[in-house]
Amino acid sequence: MIELKDVYKTFNRHVVLNRISLKIEKGETFVIIGMSGTGKTVTLKHICGLLDPDDGEVLIEGVKMNNSSESIRRGLRRKMGVVFQSGALINWLSVGDNIALPLREHKKYSEKEIGVRVDEKLKLLHLQSARDKMPAEISGGMKKRAGLARVLVRNPEIILYDEPTSGLDPVMSTHISELIVKMKEEFGVTSVVVTHDMNSAYHIADRIAVLYNGDIVQCDVPEKIRNSAIPFVRQFVSGSLTGPIDVE
Amino acid sequence: MSIVLLVYLIGDSIMKILDFSGYCIILFFNTLFYLKNIFSKRKEIVRQMYNAGIRTFIVVSIVAIFSGMILTLQSGIELKAYHLEEKVGNVLIATLTREMGPFTSAIILIASVGSAMAAELGTMKVSEEIDALEIMSISPVKFLVMPRLVALSIMMPVVTVYTNVLGCLGGAIVAKTHLNVSYDTFYIHILESLHFKAVYVGLLKSFVFGLIIATICCAQGLRAENGAMGVGKATRDSVVASFIMMLVVGYFITEIFYRGGL
Repeated sequence: MIELKDVYKTFNRHVVLNRISLKIEKGETFVIIGMSGTGKTVTLKHICGLLDPDDGEVLIEGVKMNNSSESIRRGLRRKMGVVFQSGALINWLSVGDNIALPLREHKKYSEKEIGVRVDEKLKLLHLQSARDKMPAEISGGMKKRAGLARVLVRNPEIILYDEPTSGLDPVMSTHISELIVKMKEEFGVTSVVVTHDMNSAYHIADRIAVLYNGDIVQCDVPEKIRNSAIPFVRQFVSGSLTGPIDVE
Repeated sequence: MSIVLLVYLIGDSIMKILDFSGYCIILFFNTLFYLKNIFSKRKEIVRQMYNAGIRTFIVVSIVAIFSGMILTLQSGIELKAYHLEEKVGNVLIATLTREMGPFTSAIILIASVGSAMAAELGTMKVSEEIDALEIMSISPVKFLVMPRLVALSIMMPVVTVYTNVLGCLGGAIVAKTHLNVSYDTFYIHILESLHFKAVYVGLLKSFVFGLIIATICCAQGLRAENGAMGVGKATRDSVVASFIMMLVVGYFITEIFYRGGL
């Protein structure tokens, strides 16, 4: 469903993605882990077409996303949603209006239907009390959940999550992880998750890719990643201070 | 080596200016394309008109009154030397309608509304809100730029008329208190030099200034990067670029319409 072929990306001559290739199947939950600044979010931005690679291809259901026309990009993006790290809520719209925004803009539903769908997602993410609040009046965790609600309200086939559990309390983290699993089991959603939360990664992932210095050093099922023979992966997943990762 | 560096810096600056100018032109025409959605975006347009008109009401009032007072006092002092102080109304209305009204209004709206537009859109850009719109297949040009451009191009002439009226009021007070010109005389001379062409060219200028300011400030905001520092830079650059373009375009409009006189 999602395929990255030899994707190469640099910023100011600094190589961020060094010819990485990935194939993510329909209905799969694919987790990308790695140290900060290794290109995890850049990979997500390539998948959703916010960034184009210097070389290589990004294919969504066989259709080339990179360097394609705006109408092709829009068509592909209609199938996907992105949960941004900060929530990325529009600051002058209330939480309810933010969630309703994609439905209102595309005019596919009546106001009554929009209201029902928004209420449903607010309830799913325990945000009923925040419906009329402005983004500045709610916590970071609530913003993130509202961002997730705005994605879910469109029923996308692909959801990309950028650190979905960071900044959330443990109970809410588990709730979000369960929700990602539920989206896969009940609706067959394909998910790509960038996270540092290893507990969540082991729980939700079908496969985990470990990114280091722009390369995928290992891509396997959670059990194999947990018991990896590669020193870097072993140190990263255990959070140990001793190993090849230089904390300096 | 230093000459090479100098050539490089000049070339780099020219490339950046051309790149930004091209971006502004494309953004402007993209915005015109989305004018078909003007009705569905009426609430946002009204909100932006409120920001541009009502929220700047006090500052516009103060600047307009004092501009009129200063103009009247300065020209009145000169005219008094020739015993022509009663003609101060003619000078004031000609100056206000042709140049100072649109110019003063544009400066106020660049400083208060244009800079806020650049900062708001810049903050949205660096906090991924613009990316979120793109992912939802919502065009940022339709959602953010078009309402701002329409609102500012409508409000700029309105603010200009208001500036002209208050400028005349301020001028009348100074004419009466400092130059002993009665309100009646001042009013008669205002009407005497209130030419239709001066009014419509002044309002056309304001309208064009509105388009320029909104386009430049939105473009700077949409291109902001590197966090808070980038937003600050975008805001500063938007004010500088709008101000320069306003002066350049203002001159050429004057040149086109007043080449053959009034």
